[in-house]
Amino acid sequence: MKLSHIDKLESESIHIIREVASEFVNPVMLYSIGKDSSVMLHLAQKAFYPSKIPFKLMHIDTTWKFKEMINFRDDIARNYNLDLLVHINQEGVRNNINPISSGSKIHTDVMKTQSLIQALDKYKFDAAFGGARRDEEKSRAKERIFSFRDKKHRWDPKNQKPELWNLFNTKIDQGESVRVFPLSNWTEIDIWQYIYQENIPLVPLYFAKIRPIIRRNDMMIMVDDDRLKIKENEKIEQKKVRFRTLGCYPLTAAVESDASTVEEIIIELLESKYSERQGRLIDNDQIGSMEKKKQEGYF
Amino acid sequence: MDIETFFQNQNNKKQLKILTCGSVDDGKSTLIGRLLFDSKNIYSDQLSQTKIESEKYGTQGKQIDLALLIDGLQAEREQGITIDVAYRYFETEKCKFIIADTPGHEEYTRNMVTGASNSDVGIILVDATKGILDQTKRHTFILSLLGIENIIVAVNKMDLINYDEKKFKDIISSFKNFGREFNFNLQKFIPISALVGDNVFQKNTNISWYNGKSLIDELEEISLNNSFEEEIFSLPVQFVNRLSSDFRGYSGTITSGKIKVNDEVHVFSSKEKIKIIKILTPKGESDFAVKGQAVTLTLDKEVDISRGDLLCSVKNHNYFLSDQFASHIIWMNKEQMIPERNYIFKFINFQTIGKITDLVHKININSFEKIASKFLNLNEIGYTKVALNKNTIFNPYKNNKKLGSFVIIDQFNNQTVGAGVIEHELRRASNISWHQMSINKNLRSSINGQKPCVLWFTGLSGSGKSTIANIIEQKLHKLGKHTYLLDGDNVRHGLNKDLGFTDVDRVENIRRISEVSKLMVDAGLITIVSFISPFKSERKMARELVESDEFIEIYVDTPIEECEKRDPKGLYKKARSGKLKNFTGIDSNYEIPSSPEIILETNIISAEELADEVILYLKQYNKI
Repeated sequence: MKLSHIDKLESESIHIIREVASEFVNPVMLYSIGKDSSVMLHLAQKAFYPSKIPFKLMHIDTTWKFKEMINFRDDIARNYNLDLLVHINQEGVRNNINPISSGSKIHTDVMKTQSLIQALDKYKFDAAFGGARRDEEKSRAKERIFSFRDKKHRWDPKNQKPELWNLFNTKIDQGESVRVFPLSNWTEIDIWQYIYQENIPLVPLYFAKIRPIIRRNDMMIMVDDDRLKIKENEKIEQKKVRFRTLGCYPLTAAVESDASTVEEIIIELLESKYSERQGRLIDNDQIGSMEKKKQEGYF
Repeated sequence: MDIETFFQNQNNKKQLKILTCGSVDDGKSTLIGRLLFDSKNIYSDQLSQTKIESEKYGTQGKQIDLALLIDGLQAEREQGITIDVAYRYFETEKCKFIIADTPGHEEYTRNMVTGASNSDVGIILVDATKGILDQTKRHTFILSLLGIENIIVAVNKMDLINYDEKKFKDIISSFKNFGREFNFNLQKFIPISALVGDNVFQKNTNISWYNGKSLIDELEEISLNNSFEEEIFSLPVQFVNRLSSDFRGYSGTITSGKIKVNDEVHVFSSKEKIKIIKILTPKGESDFAVKGQAVTLTLDKEVDISRGDLLCSVKNHNYFLSDQFASHIIWMNKEQMIPERNYIFKFINFQTIGKITDLVHKININSFEKIASKFLNLNEIGYTKVALNKNTIFNPYKNNKKLGSFVIIDQFNNQTVGAGVIEHELRRASNISWHQMSINKNLRSSINGQKPCVLWFTGLSGSGKSTIANIIEQKLHKLGKHTYLLDGDNVRHGLNKDLGFTDVDRVENIRRISEVSKLMVDAGLITIVSFISPFKSERKMARELVESDEFIEIYVDTPIEECEKRDPKGLYKKARSGKLKNFTGIDSNYEIPSSPEIILETNIISAEELADEVILYLKQYNKI
């Protein structure tokens, strides 16, 4: 029997997840509700089958996620009997930090990066799984699978520990931690193929449907609730759209699409000329912006 | 397109992990950019981003600089060099590729080794205008050391030498000349131009004299039957799954061979035979599983198996249970590798303390000469003997890459400082057995009404170690206790007179003293050791040789200014004037103990009173 490319990726990821469960005292899986997180969760369930996943999941809630994402998250947690923590940066909420008037940079920093750091400190996690892939973005391409973070959760890209074979250095001091990326070697198309083959449930936002949108800064933004104030020159249109990545709704651009099944999405993807992160407003702030955010402690 | 056909094609594609290596400016990043670009694996927003960056940092005038697609980290984009390993993904009709892009500079050899450790094929880039360089030889050597069987030598920048056939052939023959001693399974030579795309994807008429395939065609045809790897079942136990009370399974990734339900296998450590009842693969319960799959097995009986153990087929195999082996090691840290120092050795499913007992030779990786040396510096490769502090299961790297490889971790700063491949076992350990003596430590020491221990004094030269140690020994003698004082200076006149003051010799100095004090503790003595002993790791080594309550570390804390003022032997003066090299506190480091049992501050309290403090400690802990 020959293992296919996907079979190899699947086993590699399971190996990584088991290694963390063996070597760390208090790991957590960062669950973002998106497709990559869904695949990661699915792999974690396989890694420990027939037992329950031996660690908690955590969602960093910015309070600006799409409503459908939150519903989906709670359904999954209930249906799969998961230990799910939800953390919100309450200080950010009190200071009314939001993606619209505070701007994407401050909102992301306070409600995602700072919030994540708060939660990691609060629960004293020594390892945190993330669903990032190396093909997503150039600075991710250089990150280790086991990526060291100092006591202040910072990443030092120029001083990464060499990572050879599948031998992972899991030794850290008190207060330090690692971020672990079991999906490092998966590409976007691999993820979709796996979702199809394994029939992994996804947030419906990935599939095309008539949704209310406005056009702002050349992007289509979905009107998910009344916190998005419609300007005078804007009008709500009903468009058949879907999302290639999911985040805070005012920062996540929809794409026009007819793809309403996984098969149709894969076909659309093969014909696409644009990368998935293109729909993310926060990546394009400045050259090297992801690298800067990651050094500060971003996912 | 029909989606099922698409998936079928995807599943038939083979996965190929390739490594590009070559000297600085040979065009590695450009080649990878070209592979992504020509295979249409670049999205147009990424391309337009690269266009913006090309205008800012590009080296190709108005043309788009494909290397910028690849050089991920900002510092690299600005300096125009690759400083780390980057992984890239692209696919063709037949193949899914994962490329490790590694730097060419000699100071980044460790990154190249990292990339090579996970690759199936090595592409060695040679700049046609420069020919074979030292780096070419170094990279070829590393590929061979790490067991890469397939290499492609891509002679790049053919456009700059007007596609000159003779020059290409000269490069081939000089490569073959030095490459003779390496045993690659497949070795191909292709003339290319990554910048214009000649012979990367498309064959080019500019090089009509070349009859071979393009680079991508050659890669797609490589078959990955690792000819040397054995096919006997082995599974290192990674995780014991008994998270629910009614289930007990053993999880891990199969590193060689295959397994079926009802097969009989060995638990390697206990040699017990067990039968496989269930195999849980990622695809669900199955009758069998193969190499590369992450599985969970259930067995016919309850046996004692934990992480670190190995399940393997009952048939003959090459596994060894031993605590010593010979290996090639690549050193990856600025702090040099010192023989006899304790490090953590991490293998596929366990880690243990161990040390490199001998550096047999190091290798000049540009000329392949073997050179005698006492230590390894950053990026150097050596042939070594390794001793671990417990018996472990291993297999030579050439039989099984997963079981024959390890990384070395510093105990104190947690850095990955080295990596190694196991060549063969050393049987020495199993031939020496311990003689069981009928009179033991407890019987010896009970005659004197004492418990043996080591009082280990550490501190700068002139801090007062020997003075206090001396008073303590006198006091203990008066109390009728049996003692022995090992003093740094005195021992250097006898047992250690062959050692100097380099870091390597200091480590050996302390190692011998540690072993001597262990013998003295065994003889039932209160052993007083007074040595500068500047390094944490050697003090830790000394501590670990005896029982945990037998080692009392005493840090004599005197500020260096005070030591220098006292200067009883005039050594600080000599060191300051440069007549004495490697003097602790001046041009050699002293690592302050982080949790000694006792701290003595000599500039506040007299030596007599400090000695009493230590005596009191010994009484409190029932040593006397």
